Amino acid sequence: MTNTLHRYGTAESFVDDYVVIAIPTKGGQTGGDPLPALRRFHEIALDYHPVSLGDAIKGGSFRPTRHRSMWQHFFEERPSAPDFDEVIDTIESPTTFSVVFDNRENAQAFVSRIADEDFGLSINVSSSIANGQNCCKAANLTRHSVAYSLGYEGMPDNLPNRHAMMLSTMCGHGMISLSLAKKMIDYVKENRIKPDAAVATLGRFCSCGIFNPSRAKRILKQARTGGF
Amino acid sequence: MQISQERCIGCGNCTYVCPMGAIYIDPATRKATINDDACVECYACYNGLSREVLPPRTARIARRIASKLLLRFEPDPDICPTSAFEPNELTWPRVVRRAFSDPRVPHESTGIVGRGTEEVKTNDVSARIGVGEVGFTIEFGRPGVGARFRDVQEMSRALAAIGVAFEKKNPVTSMMTDTTTGDIREDVLDEKVMSAILEIKVGVERTEEIIRTVWAVEKRLDTIVVLGVGTRCDDEGEETVVAPILERLGYTLHRAKTNLGLGRSVLREIAS
Repeated sequence: MTNTLHRYGTAESFVDDYVVIAIPTKGGQTGGDPLPALRRFHEIALDYHPVSLGDAIKGGSFRPTRHRSMWQHFFEERPSAPDFDEVIDTIESPTTFSVVFDNRENAQAFVSRIADEDFGLSINVSSSIANGQNCCKAANLTRHSVAYSLGYEGMPDNLPNRHAMMLSTMCGHGMISLSLAKKMIDYVKENRIKPDAAVATLGRFCSCGIFNPSRAKRILKQARTGGF
Repeated sequence: MQISQERCIGCGNCTYVCPMGAIYIDPATRKATINDDACVECYACYNGLSREVLPPRTARIARRIASKLLLRFEPDPDICPTSAFEPNELTWPRVVRRAFSDPRVPHESTGIVGRGTEEVKTNDVSARIGVGEVGFTIEFGRPGVGARFRDVQEMSRALAAIGVAFEKKNPVTSMMTDTTTGDIREDVLDEKVMSAILEIKVGVERTEEIIRTVWAVEKRLDTIVVLGVGTRCDDEGEETVVAPILERLGYTLHRAKTNLGLGRSVLREIAS
């Protein structure tokens, strides 16, 4: 699936959304082991303050909890912050690796560093068109190819419940349901849950780590006061 | 997927997390139940819900008492408090649903490993889309609607009729019985999946024709269609050919995936 391409929202809504993807070519590379390079891709990212990272097989930095005893229900607090160490510790096989940033400076600095590292992996930036271009310029790169999203046919940018759409489509695999996104918006509106906890709840369903918790938190806060 | 009727306490958390809205509380049993026809076997419930192991009988009694006192037994919204979800063995053709819906499983049923092709993500190595060419991804089913192969076939037939060739390494192409007509095998046509993508490549001069064909067909389909359009940039990294066509057709281009051109056929050796 086109995991990150078809996020619902206007270009302005991607101001804090930079997904940097590293991917080995299936059957395309004739030499070298991609796994150490992919692991380094994630390790280097930690120096640039990502808001999420993950891989398409083992998952992202928000993961569901698994209780073994009933007492954990009463006495164990569930994490609401991303766990980057778990992502890196559980790397197993080469697949699509992703890192998410919520600001231009960190994204551009990371892309420049990855260009210098010259792993040979294909690197893509999924964001607004301008954000992608600016990352290239900052790293003195010329864009090789571009894939445009033309948006969901028949769906304008001003749909009712657009905030739920923006949250749900942040998982391009479709794992974050619209109903859960709407429920989290409603919970935040009712002050039944803090935005951080709502973000973690949604992020646990993202199976590859491309969910952007900063953007999600901003959308939830906008939805709390902003109507439909 | 199935829900253990012995373990389920009917808290309703899972009804919200199903991307297809296929789970409901049956008023007769007061337990969560799956509409098998609507379920796409994406495993979002099984993989995404956190699991607790509260004893079902005790939890039911606690819920009933709380209800009598006008209180609520309210586990976190992404928890199944009794670990009631149980995967069941899928057989053909239902196994196709999972292959196209659960991102963590390979397309074993179709013979294609992975979710599909890499589009332009690895174009710097694969050179799949050349200068003067445009690659289309025509995706069906997202967000939150799903798609049946019968609808996908309506589009693939329309595209085949105008002489378009389908990407060979794409999972939907592998389900076709005849790629020159766009026919998809009969036994999967009613199967519903989270998402299916047709992939094609044409000369840039056919961009408008393809989009108008998609427009004509998508209005008849009981699903949502989203288009991705990939192309090569020029030597300066600019793209001044396809974007103007898309804008002339009325699209406002918000988002894109940018391939930085760092891929090479031989990777740098890095010590593990």
